[in-house]
Amino acid sequence: MTTMRLEPTMLVTGRREVWLRRIPLLPALIFMVIVTQLPFVATLIISFVHWNALYPTDVGFGWFQNYAAVFTDGATLQSVLVTIGLTVGVVLISLVLGFVVALLLDRKFRGRGIVRTIMIAPFLIVPVASALVWKHAILNPSYGLFNGTLTWIWGLFGQASHAPQIDWVTAQPLASVMAALIWQWTPFMMLILLAGLTGRPLDVIEAAKIDGATNAQIFRHMTLPHMRQYLELAALLGCIYIVQNFDAVFTITSGGLGTANLPYTIYQTFFEALDYGKASAAGVVVVIGSMIIATFVLRTVSSLLKEDGKR
Amino acid sequence: MTAVATGARTAGPRITLQDRERRRGVWLSALAWIIGLIFVGPVLWMLLTSLHSETDAATNPPSLFAPLTLQSYASFFGAAGGANPWPALINSALISVVSTAFVLGFAIPAAYALSIRPVKKWSDTLFFFLTTKMLPMVAGLLPVYLIAKTLHLLDTPILMIIIYTSMNLPIAAWMMRSFLAELPLEVLEAAEMDGAGMLTLFRQIIMPMASPGIVATGLICFIFSWNEMLFASVLTGTTSITAPVFLTSFVTSEGLFLSKVCAASIAVSLPVLVAGFAAQDKLVQGLSLGAIK
Repeated sequence: MTTMRLEPTMLVTGRREVWLRRIPLLPALIFMVIVTQLPFVATLIISFVHWNALYPTDVGFGWFQNYAAVFTDGATLQSVLVTIGLTVGVVLISLVLGFVVALLLDRKFRGRGIVRTIMIAPFLIVPVASALVWKHAILNPSYGLFNGTLTWIWGLFGQASHAPQIDWVTAQPLASVMAALIWQWTPFMMLILLAGLTGRPLDVIEAAKIDGATNAQIFRHMTLPHMRQYLELAALLGCIYIVQNFDAVFTITSGGLGTANLPYTIYQTFFEALDYGKASAAGVVVVIGSMIIATFVLRTVSSLLKEDGKR
Repeated sequence: MTAVATGARTAGPRITLQDRERRRGVWLSALAWIIGLIFVGPVLWMLLTSLHSETDAATNPPSLFAPLTLQSYASFFGAAGGANPWPALINSALISVVSTAFVLGFAIPAAYALSIRPVKKWSDTLFFFLTTKMLPMVAGLLPVYLIAKTLHLLDTPILMIIIYTSMNLPIAAWMMRSFLAELPLEVLEAAEMDGAGMLTLFRQIIMPMASPGIVATGLICFIFSWNEMLFASVLTGTTSITAPVFLTSFVTSEGLFLSKVCAASIAVSLPVLVAGFAAQDKLVQGLSLGAIK
C-alpha cells in the first residue's frame, strides 16, 4: 500500500512526472538563458561587425578585423597581462595571509571572537568605498595615513620634516591597487579556510601528537592535505571575483599608469572609444579565455561535490 | 624575567617544554591581535576621519585626538551645497531588495528541482548556473546596454533589478540547493504520504525548515546588489543612480573633502556592515557556494 503511494513521487516514471519535476526549475533556467546567454550571442555577432558608434553610417560585416585589432593592440595585450598579474598576485597573497590568520585563529585565546570579527570588517566595506578610502585617506601623498605615520615616526626623533613622503599611487600604481584588494579579500579567504580548519579530525591529530609527531609534521602531513580542497575552493572563488574587478582599478588609478585590466579596457573601448566591434571581440576573447580556465577549475569543484552524492 | 626562565630550566625538561609552549602561545595570540588590528586599522581610520572636521582630517602627521564632530555626516546627508544622497540610497535599497526577492522566487523552486525531487541532469544544470558566474560580466555589457536602449529601459530601476537578479541567481541556486539537500527526506516523505501536495509541502514544511538558509541567501544577494558598480555606472543616470555610483561622483568636489569621503563611505557601507556582521557564518557558506557546511 505505502509503496504504491510512494511510487509516483519517489521515482521518475513517465513523461508527465519528468515534466512535473522540471517545472520548478524552468523559470530560473529560462530567465538565466535569456538574460545571460543572449547578450553573449549578441556580443559574438557584434564582434564580427565593423561598428564604431562615432561613425553610425559606416557599419558592416568585418570578418575578423576586430579580432586582428584586439590581438595587435598593445594596450589590450598589456591589460591581459595586468589582469593575470593582478589576479594571481592578489589571490596568492591573500590566500597565504588568510591561511596564516586562520591558523592563528584556530587556537583558543583571549579575544579570539573579537579578532575574528574585526578581521571580517574589510570585506564588509562597499568595494568602491574601500577603494576611495585607500586612495584618499591612506595613500594620499600629503595627508594619507601612510605618509602621516611616517611623519609621526620621524617626528618622534625630532626629524618630522625629513620624513620620506612617498606618492604611493604614482610610485607603485599596481601595488596600490593590489594592496587595497588584498586588504579586502584576505578576510574572505580566512573565513573559508577557518571553516576548513574547524572540520579537521581532531582525534587523529591528537593520536599523532601522542605518537610523537612534531607540529611541523602534523601541519605538512595532516593539515595541508585536509586543507587542500578548501585552499582550492578559496582560490577559485577569489579568481572568479578578482578577474572581474573593476571598482578598485576604476577608482584608485582610473586605469592609468599601466593598471588597466581587461574589464576596465573593455569598459573604456565601449564607452569612451565607442568602438563596439572591437570591444565585443575583446569580450569574446575574454569569454573564451575564462572558459578554458573554467574547465580546469570546474574539475576541482566537481571533486568538492563528490561527497555530496546523489539523492 | 631571567629569574623565571632559569627557574623553569632548573625544574626539569618537562616544565621547560610547557613553559616554552605557553610562551609560544602568548606570542601567537599577540600576533593574531596585531594582524587583526592591522586589518581593521583602515576601517577605524575611516571612522575616526569621518568624525573629524575637514581641517583636522587633512593634517600631517595625523591629529588623532582632534575634537569629534558629526559635521561631515550632516553635510553628506543634509547635502550642504552638494547633491542629495537620499535618492541614490533609496534606489539602491529598492533595487537590492526587489532583486533579492526575485532571486529567491526563482532560486528556491529551482533548488527544489535540483535537490529534493531532482531532475535527471541536475548536476549539469547546476554547473550551467556556475558557468554563467565564471563568464566575465563585462563581456555582456554592450549588448545589455544596446537592448536596454531599444526597449527604453536605460536609467530605470527595472533594468537594474533584472541585471542583479541574473547576477545573483547562480549563487542563490547553489546555496539554496545545499540548504535544501540537508533537509531530512523522511519528513518530506511522511508529509507526502499524508497527502500534502507540492504547494502545501513548500509552504508548510520546506520554507519553515529552510528559513535560516533563505535568510542567508537573501543577505548575500542583497550585499552583492548593493555593492555592484560597473553595470550601475553604465546603465543608470539621474533617476536610477545607485549608492556606489553616487559615491564616486561625490568625490570630484574641490577643496578639503577627506572627512566627507570617509563619512559617505561609512554611510553607504552601513547596511552591508550590519547585514554581514549579523550573518558571519552564513556568509561563508553562501560565498563558498554551499561547498562548506
